[in-house]
Amino acid sequence: MVWYIAKRVVYSLLILLGVTFVTYLLLYMIPADPARQIAGRSATAEVVANIRHQLGLDLPFYEQYVRYLGNLLQGDLGRSYVQRSEVSTLLASRVGPTLQLMVAGIGFELLIGITLGIVAALKRNSVLDQVLMAFSFIGVSSPHFIAAMLALYFFAVYLGWFPLGGYGGVEHLLLPAITLGVLGSGWYSRMVRSSMIDVLHQDFIRTARAKGLGRARVLLRHVLPNAIVPVIPMIGIDIGIFMSGLVVVESVFGWPGLGQLAWQAIQQVDIPIIVGVTMLSAVAIVLGNLVADLAVLFVDPRIDVTKT
Amino acid sequence: MTVLKALLKRKTVAIALLYILIVVAAAIFAPWLAPYDPAKQFFEGLTLEGAPLPPNADYWLGTDLLGRDLLSRVIYGAQTSLIIGVVSNGIAVVIGTLVGVTAGFVRGWLGSVLMRLTDLMMAFPALLLAIALAAILQPSLWIVAMVIAMVNWVQIARVIYSETISISSKDFVAVERTIGVSAPRILFSHLLPHLLPTILVWATLGISTTVLLEATLSFLGVGVQPPKPSWGNIIFESQTYFTSAVWLVLFPGIAIIALSLSFNLVGDALRDELDPTLKGRS
Repeated sequence: MVWYIAKRVVYSLLILLGVTFVTYLLLYMIPADPARQIAGRSATAEVVANIRHQLGLDLPFYEQYVRYLGNLLQGDLGRSYVQRSEVSTLLASRVGPTLQLMVAGIGFELLIGITLGIVAALKRNSVLDQVLMAFSFIGVSSPHFIAAMLALYFFAVYLGWFPLGGYGGVEHLLLPAITLGVLGSGWYSRMVRSSMIDVLHQDFIRTARAKGLGRARVLLRHVLPNAIVPVIPMIGIDIGIFMSGLVVVESVFGWPGLGQLAWQAIQQVDIPIIVGVTMLSAVAIVLGNLVADLAVLFVDPRIDVTKT
Repeated sequence: MTVLKALLKRKTVAIALLYILIVVAAAIFAPWLAPYDPAKQFFEGLTLEGAPLPPNADYWLGTDLLGRDLLSRVIYGAQTSLIIGVVSNGIAVVIGTLVGVTAGFVRGWLGSVLMRLTDLMMAFPALLLAIALAAILQPSLWIVAMVIAMVNWVQIARVIYSETISISSKDFVAVERTIGVSAPRILFSHLLPHLLPTILVWATLGISTTVLLEATLSFLGVGVQPPKPSWGNIIFESQTYFTSAVWLVLFPGIAIIALSLSFNLVGDALRDELDPTLKGRS
């Protein structure tokens, strides 16, 4: 068990190292010369060469990577030449709102997904089941930007129930979070439905019923705890999909998080910021997966890690 | 053929196939079907104040901010979506299959390197990686297709990998090996035919992902560039104005959702039909 956890942690660290290499490659591929951007148009070749030397841009490829890694460890993610500011400072000011929206959005995903999955499984093959599954299908087939724009139009402009985007209280948070929740819930509802059906067919459920337990008790004590286990690793995987949606939803709703920062950076072709957000999301995904995989071990003691 | 018949028996899948056919027809026959030139800016296409027109008898879906006919742009936009959907997803399927089969059948150091690479790719949100690549490479239709292929092969590679492992561990493959059948022969005459249904299912589902990613990239401004119409960039161009001209989001939006939904439905139904282990389960 300890061996498995250690292996899993080391592997995550290796993946993170790989992530830094990819982000480094992306930054290396930028066609514009950062030294010239800093020096300005009128600078002499000598000044540019000087800056290039200071930044280490005249070093060979791998030495520059080592330097980049060293900088990363000190929290230096590079510089945005468009905004004339450190990428890490820009990112730090955006993490809070993004975390808020993430927690709320994933919360709605789980709430909607698990509820619909349970209902669909209990009413299997009924009209309700088909409607719910169609709903989940439409959710996962809809691009976030369209859903977000139509939700904004319908609920904020037409009905006037919510403010027209922006940041602030719960009323600002609800609409983007529900949009994310509805679109992402499809994966969960389909998964919960099929895992519920699996569990419902197992012997111990028949035993529980045979010994005379009530329907509600069988459902709450025996079926649900077992059916919900696969949801945990799913959250880890979902973070990746979720982050993509977040970028778009934040930019449509004007939510001042990392996604909006990335969107603004796209409009100004400010690649260091885009790469910074990409890296931060990758870290979130790796950590999320690690935590989810380890959490499952504690939730479900039947999982035998010596076999994996 | 029997599979197609089984698919057509399901009402929703039949409708999905019909919609896909309509989009394909729209893309191929766009010059004849579109009522106007998609790039032409009509003087009468704007109100006196310069606002776009809502749907009316002359412009069935209304006009956009430049007074162009939205219906014509949506019809031409089908070309973009389908080209990207087919080309980009095709490349992703080829790469994914090569990687999955190499890692699962050939194995060795190359196999493990490839699987570590797919693990690494899984650590990135597809959209952000695609945005970064597209922003660096400066997008054109073909660059966008490449970028999408570069982030979308991962899913298929993982599915093909686990499928390859499970087929390779079957008895008949072991028997083939013992009687001395060469590895390439096992690969081409036994493994690939068994993989084909999986590839087909994921290729269909992948078109849906690809279409969505193209639309999103175009919406963010790093996808297919205007004036070439794509369903995503039609919305990109009108995003500042959409609260007062919602049809500019609604119609291309419905077109995208319906196409992605259709490929998802067909892919899902294909999986039910082609995968015997799922029979009678749901």
